[in-house]
Amino acid sequence: MTATRVSYDEAMQDFDPVFGIEVHVELNTKTKMFCGCANEFGAEPNTQVCPVCLGLPGSMPVTNEKAVESAIRLGLALGCSIRESSRFARKNYFYPDLAKDYQISQYDEPTCYEGSLEVVLDDGTVVEVGIERAHMEEDAGKNTHVGGSGGIQGASHSLVDYNRGGVPLVEIVTKPITGMGARTAEVARAYVATIRDIVRGLGISDGRMDQGSVRADVNLSLRPKAPAGEDQDAVPFGKRSETKNVNSLRAIEKAIHFEAGRQAALLSAGQPVVQETRHWHEDTEETTPGRSKEEAEDYRYFPEPDLLPVEPSREWVEELRATIPEHPAKMRARLKDEWGFSDLEMRDVVAADAVPLLVATVGAGASPQSARKWWMGELARTANEQGVALDSLAVTPVDVAELQGLVDSGRLNDKLARQALAGVLAGEGSPTAVVEARGLEIVSDDSALEKAVDDALAAQPDVLAKIQDGKVQAAGAIVGAVMKATRGQADAGRVREIILRRAGVEG
Amino acid sequence: MTAVEPSTDWTRKTAAEMAAALNAGEVTSVELTQAHLDRIAAVDGPVHAFLHLDPEGALETARKVDEDRAAGVELPVLAGVPVAVKDVLVTEGLPTTAGSRILEGWVPPYDSTVSAKLKASRMPILGKTNMDEFAMGSSTEHSGYGPTHNPWDLERIPGGSGGGSAAALAAFEAPLAIGSDTGGSIRQPASVTGTVGVKPTYGGVSRYGAIALASSLDQLGPCGRTVLDTAMLHEVMGGHDPKDATSLDEPVPACVEAAMQGATKDLTGVRVGVIKELSGEGYQPGVEQRFEESLERLKAMGAEIVEVSCPSFEYALAAYYLILPSEASSNLAKFDSVRFGMRVEKDTVEKTMLATRAEGFGDEVKRRIILGTYALSAGYYDAYYGSAQKVRTLIQRDFAAAFEKADVLVSPTTPTTPFKLGERIDDPLAMYLNDVATIPANLAGIPGMSLPSGVAPEDGLPAGFQILAPAHEDARLYRVGAALEASLTEEWGGALTAQAPTLPINTAEVAK
Repeated sequence: MTATRVSYDEAMQDFDPVFGIEVHVELNTKTKMFCGCANEFGAEPNTQVCPVCLGLPGSMPVTNEKAVESAIRLGLALGCSIRESSRFARKNYFYPDLAKDYQISQYDEPTCYEGSLEVVLDDGTVVEVGIERAHMEEDAGKNTHVGGSGGIQGASHSLVDYNRGGVPLVEIVTKPITGMGARTAEVARAYVATIRDIVRGLGISDGRMDQGSVRADVNLSLRPKAPAGEDQDAVPFGKRSETKNVNSLRAIEKAIHFEAGRQAALLSAGQPVVQETRHWHEDTEETTPGRSKEEAEDYRYFPEPDLLPVEPSREWVEELRATIPEHPAKMRARLKDEWGFSDLEMRDVVAADAVPLLVATVGAGASPQSARKWWMGELARTANEQGVALDSLAVTPVDVAELQGLVDSGRLNDKLARQALAGVLAGEGSPTAVVEARGLEIVSDDSALEKAVDDALAAQPDVLAKIQDGKVQAAGAIVGAVMKATRGQADAGRVREIILRRAGVEG
Repeated sequence: MTAVEPSTDWTRKTAAEMAAALNAGEVTSVELTQAHLDRIAAVDGPVHAFLHLDPEGALETARKVDEDRAAGVELPVLAGVPVAVKDVLVTEGLPTTAGSRILEGWVPPYDSTVSAKLKASRMPILGKTNMDEFAMGSSTEHSGYGPTHNPWDLERIPGGSGGGSAAALAAFEAPLAIGSDTGGSIRQPASVTGTVGVKPTYGGVSRYGAIALASSLDQLGPCGRTVLDTAMLHEVMGGHDPKDATSLDEPVPACVEAAMQGATKDLTGVRVGVIKELSGEGYQPGVEQRFEESLERLKAMGAEIVEVSCPSFEYALAAYYLILPSEASSNLAKFDSVRFGMRVEKDTVEKTMLATRAEGFGDEVKRRIILGTYALSAGYYDAYYGSAQKVRTLIQRDFAAAFEKADVLVSPTTPTTPFKLGERIDDPLAMYLNDVATIPANLAGIPGMSLPSGVAPEDGLPAGFQILAPAHEDARLYRVGAALEASLTEEWGGALTAQAPTLPINTAEVAK
């Protein structure tokens, strides 16, 4: 293996990439796929287990209907056909994290098949990705190798946590994607991002790639570019690598860059690409070989005899179809128009995962720009400081809309509104409740303001003289004094008017 | 002690009689339970029906039943009547091994649905009965803990895989027992021990907590010495279970009512189909003779006897020995040393798994795992597992056609009376042939019963009569079975098991 890696761009000059992506989506059902254990991330190891997901002798699986519903809705959102009768199958292989030493999955009869998904790239280009299937399966447990480098090699022992064992997954498999050329990496990234947005929009998964609830395997092969004027599709596919567990959008692009460069260098040097599984390393941004397909196991699939076929009625499927939200890219284009946002504003909102929050805030009565201002400004800052996601802040879209309403009605100025928001975030209640409890309301009683102005003018006669002399900007000092005296609870504009009137100058 | 009332030997009574006596206050559950524990102590040494006994647990259950009965609490029908449980059934707090060394010492943290039902029915569980390892066998010789011996002749097999349960009944160690039937493991032991056993319709009894052999064939069922007793236990065990996705969502068949109807010996209008293919070559003359006599009795009670043909049965054994090992190879994968059971420690997990399975599994289990792994392998699946599933469909069609002509189908349960221990241990094919008449019911998912038809004149050993009914029609088995039993016992003057030779009594144990 002496071939060095070439750059992605060089690889794309000489070769035509073909790729496919398998995305595993962890469903957010309350319970696991085949038992009643809680499906929650982050619990103490082996506390969410029972005889079924531990694979104890005698235990039997029962299909989680809610997971089936989620899978069908996902299939429908991906334009798939829904099979009238589909079966679970056993995929047999030995591994300590696989409690039964077989995984219940779907094999020759996936519930969702033959779909297609539009993927919108950053420049608005729309690419159609063919979906081969979306099938249900259960997740395995999680191995932790102790000692050595953290891998199984050299470990002194390994610990297994079966909390994840039996968590419901949907695996979405694309058809081979061709003709993307140098945009391959971009399309791959956008595809996975679209899947993530769809599962969130459906509410069937939290779509957290960082927690592994959306995981991608990337298959890539290169074939020589067809000579000019000849049909590229007539050139047979090359041998592919399958890079496992590429778990961020950025990593998907990087993994494709690496693999394309690696394979191109091999092929250019006349060396074969080995068909194999490869592992992605986030730290070095490289892939390394796993087991090769030649020694791949025979999974001995056969229909799962402990479960009945999944047979959704047509009526039910149509009911579910009616619950499918619009395509996320199309929804974004529509919202951008409705909200009157610039490209940049919309992109920021999308990048911050704030679209659903804005939708809800606008829905609760705020103007789109004010909603954007709060979520992308004060709240984004706060979330950043706290190191949490926007939607996990202790403030709801309804709170934000209510806060903006207080500003719009003149009861709060910006400064007071920020104080009110701080109160909401501190758990003191709704914005109105915080305003009342903290006494934050603007002083709108002119007689009170007039008294404060008169006091300030009396205290600073030189300033009064300047104003009366025509130096109207000097009024700022008096405004400041009045604001201080009223603890910021005055409308600065109104104060200014009163000052000028008292000074006998019309503004 | 005030003498001299001849003490009743409660172990010789039927379960129905015991239940009635408990109700009438003629006996307590503690007395009944203790009588059976004493009997086990006296005779189980050479029989070896039990792998594990739970005298404390059984007596505790009995005591509570007696207390409640005394307090006037309403109790389930079989409350206080002891039962033996095949070791295939997971029982919380009691060792459960499925006859395998790989599970030696495993005490499950949960109850199978049937165990839970027995407990809810307040039946003292005497212990766990011996079986071929993971229910693979027809003789209990494949138990990891040594074979069970037939109480009729201790040199002979008690059948299998449920030889322990059947022998416990024939030895009067228990009035009722739980069995599991994947290809005849309830019916064949019943046949060779002169007892009664029923494989219910597939899905009629929850499999949750029954250690799986072949999931699409396995079915738990009741074992007893009489048809009525068996019917009573069937009604305790049966019914829908949300924990078993293949469990039927329908009421338990009215087995007891059917048995009582049958006992009136009126079979007018019942069409009985004799399966042509299950006779002739390989069938012992005495077995066939008892079978023919039984047919005459059915006819005498008003039944119409017709002949039916099931041509696909020829392929049943072959199909069965592809489907069963395939499913078993997958079901037994979990015995990998990681979470429970035996562990033979090696320096890597892979070697540990291999070493554990090499040491923990017996030869027959390994044979079937290898067969099944091969049959499911890429490139062979269609030819083996796929073809076998097609045969299964053909057998179902044969049954459907036969049940057009007959309400029940009948055959000898096994071709022969019990053979000698060791006789077929090295000849798996001869062993497998033992189940030729019982396997088709499992492939089709239909219910079947075996009850004694008498002893074969040539060897004085029990012969069995098999009745099969369409799926969901388990009650028909009990009607026809009870009629035949009533006719036969009238002549015998009691259950066939009463004719079994006296077992040697371990006086040392009894003296304790």
